[in-house]
Amino acid sequence: MSAQSLPHIAATQRRLFKINPVYLLVVALILAIVVMNPAFGEPTGYMNYLKRVTALAILSGGALYVIVSGGFDLSVGSMMTLTVIGSSMLASNDPNSTYWIIPLMLGMGLIVGLINGLVVSYLKVPSLIATLGMMITLNGVAFMWSGGAPRGYLPDTFRFFGRYNITDIPVISLLPVAVICLVVFGVILWWGMHRTNFGRMLHAVGDNQQAARLAGVPVERVRISAFVISSLTAVLAGVILGGRAGVSVNIGSGFELQAITAAVIGGAQLLGGRGSVPATIAGALALEAIFTLLNLLGLAQPVRLVVQGLILIGAVAFATYQRKRAGR
Amino acid sequence: MTDVPTIEMRGISKSFPAVKALQGVSFTCSKGEVHALCGENGAGKSTLIKILSGVYRPDGGEVLIDGQEQHFRHPQEALLAGISVIYQEFSLLPERTVAQNLFLGREPMKRGLIDNRAMVMETRRVLGLFCVRHHIEPETLVADLDVASQQMVEIAKAISLNAKVIVMDEPTAALNEAECEVLFSLVDQLRASGTAIVYITHRMREVTRLANRVTVIKDGEVTASFDHVPAPDVVVRAMVGRDISEYYPEPATPAEIGPVVLAVSSGSNSALRDISLELRSGEIVGFAGLQGAGRTPLAMALFGAAPFTAGTMTLDGQSVHLTSPRDAIRAGIGMLPGDRKAQALFLMQSVRDNGMLTARSFANAFGGKDGNRFVDLNGMNALLDQMKVRAPSYEQEMRFLSGGNQQKAIVARWLALKPKVLIFIEPTRGIDVDAKASIYHLMRDLARAGTAVMMVSSDLPEILGASDRIVVMREGRIAGQFDRSASEAELMMAATGETGVAA
Repeated sequence: MSAQSLPHIAATQRRLFKINPVYLLVVALILAIVVMNPAFGEPTGYMNYLKRVTALAILSGGALYVIVSGGFDLSVGSMMTLTVIGSSMLASNDPNSTYWIIPLMLGMGLIVGLINGLVVSYLKVPSLIATLGMMITLNGVAFMWSGGAPRGYLPDTFRFFGRYNITDIPVISLLPVAVICLVVFGVILWWGMHRTNFGRMLHAVGDNQQAARLAGVPVERVRISAFVISSLTAVLAGVILGGRAGVSVNIGSGFELQAITAAVIGGAQLLGGRGSVPATIAGALALEAIFTLLNLLGLAQPVRLVVQGLILIGAVAFATYQRKRAGR
Repeated sequence: MTDVPTIEMRGISKSFPAVKALQGVSFTCSKGEVHALCGENGAGKSTLIKILSGVYRPDGGEVLIDGQEQHFRHPQEALLAGISVIYQEFSLLPERTVAQNLFLGREPMKRGLIDNRAMVMETRRVLGLFCVRHHIEPETLVADLDVASQQMVEIAKAISLNAKVIVMDEPTAALNEAECEVLFSLVDQLRASGTAIVYITHRMREVTRLANRVTVIKDGEVTASFDHVPAPDVVVRAMVGRDISEYYPEPATPAEIGPVVLAVSSGSNSALRDISLELRSGEIVGFAGLQGAGRTPLAMALFGAAPFTAGTMTLDGQSVHLTSPRDAIRAGIGMLPGDRKAQALFLMQSVRDNGMLTARSFANAFGGKDGNRFVDLNGMNALLDQMKVRAPSYEQEMRFLSGGNQQKAIVARWLALKPKVLIFIEPTRGIDVDAKASIYHLMRDLARAGTAVMMVSSDLPEILGASDRIVVMREGRIAGQFDRSASEAELMMAATGETGVAA
């Protein structure tokens, strides 16, 4: 009897042990920030933090789709830049323009994602290279469009998503619109990744592409969809970031690697096959919390870069080590 | 001086949780002789060798090397005692050179650095001992060598370790005719130089050609032992004389074989020539042939993965043109690939996800993952139960399962779609005896339910035991068709195109 129940006990223990360490990390970091800066414990403090993290969190959730499918998308940062620059150029301070600019930008994201996906799937260009090329291209397009110095600025209707609260509804008014966006898109991304057939196919393609093909998975369609989702979330992240921070020519630069870092902190397998949307969003929260801490410590931007690089390497090394210990 | 055998195994017994693998097996091998160890797959040959080489410890009996009792606890200890085993799956590192492989873990050092020159020279010397006709450069990468040459390297490794005993586990399994001859002359040389050789095979031709003595194992017991080489049929009878019906299910009765499901006429592509065949519902057709005869390309063509470029194919009488696995699956054809790890398994995903993947691929992409028009979670659990997949939980990641259980989970993947034709490529490669028998029964149950089953296998006893009809391929063509009463010799002759192959 007892011998029979043993494997089940072991399985339960393993599951208990399996709480993703990223959640503990986020809690620890937030506590550290509150200790150093009690104002962070006030609603305005942590709401500002959540507002800051929203763009990265949504972006990371989308980038995770490509990572789980076994690729990388380095073009998302420049897609964000292009979204912000393009929107500001087109808006010319017309509050009504927002309603067609955002769909237009999403359309552009769709096309960029399609191109990324088609190049990777059919021309067999490694995704790292294909999207690096796209990153340079989009940066160039943004630069040409703005003529080097962005003119115009974003109307308040556009900045609504990144900057403001809905003021006329009682409880909701406490929440920045950005945070509502994070919850809504977070749930959509979670659902797509973890509750649909598509999400399972995505995992399969990243785990073993050849086997996926032989099992009947439409591998190309799945991979292209992943790149499209990644680009679309980049547009959304761009809208929110532009709303919060305003227009500048390199506003999105560096976000592509931050997104990958967030996914890896969240335990995603870098070569595909494993990854969790909630854990990736927690990874983004952790990364932003680390930056906040560094700020509080009075460390400047260059230190942030060093830390981010070390985290990326460290997180991958840690994940590899854990996998090895788990038996393979 | 009395003749002390180099190895002597007395009354070896070994049990595994599900099976009694060996019972009172005794086996000896002396200097300068080739002792053939024969038996069907799963008879216990490999278990015996793993006990000899320290991989397993016996439950009972003793192992004597040069008359001294030994208790190997680790393969390394057996290696130091002069026992080298060359397994079917080589233990070479593909991205290292021949010399580096030969000296793996015992590289000659000079002033704290690896002495490459000494390594290469010694490798050249050892290879020179026997590879005169078949030149291998010490600095070639192993990955760049063909299978036969890789085997030479394994043997060279054994020689450079001063092996007293070399065990070869079905060494010709992956070799072509010419390569086999090279191997045979090498075995002759090793024998002449005083090495004791244990040669595992179920091919009678090799027994006749090489052996001094023959021992036959069946169901974990020695059923016959000869100090000479007897007539091939005597050995074969000892090998298969048991009640085969327990291992292989009953063949189909004529009434069970139904109409033609899949037919190909003059199918050709770069690997296949003029293939015409019919697969019927209720029937298991075994495809035999040597490596490279075109069996796997044929399966890939039927499955749409490497389509025919000429000829016609019909499914249930309707002409079909399949250009991708997805087409084929939609039309009702399933395939279990031969290289499970590379082509079928999703090691990081759960057993259930592995089972449900194909059904999900043909359902609405944004539909819920827990159920679709083919199967839902309960249905998949039932299929996995029916398949007797042994796992602590179906949520378990696939990589923790044994080969046999992995294979069963993949069968469940196809059962969920109820295919008209199911192609198995090397369905029992690398899985244990118990699981093998259940795979055979499973194929038969599928056939009884009306599926046309195609089985590609390199294992002749399996082909003869599990098929209703046998197709032999050679050089991309169908070289002959046989019913299940054919002999291994007939199949081998058709497969090699030679006459006078003894069996």
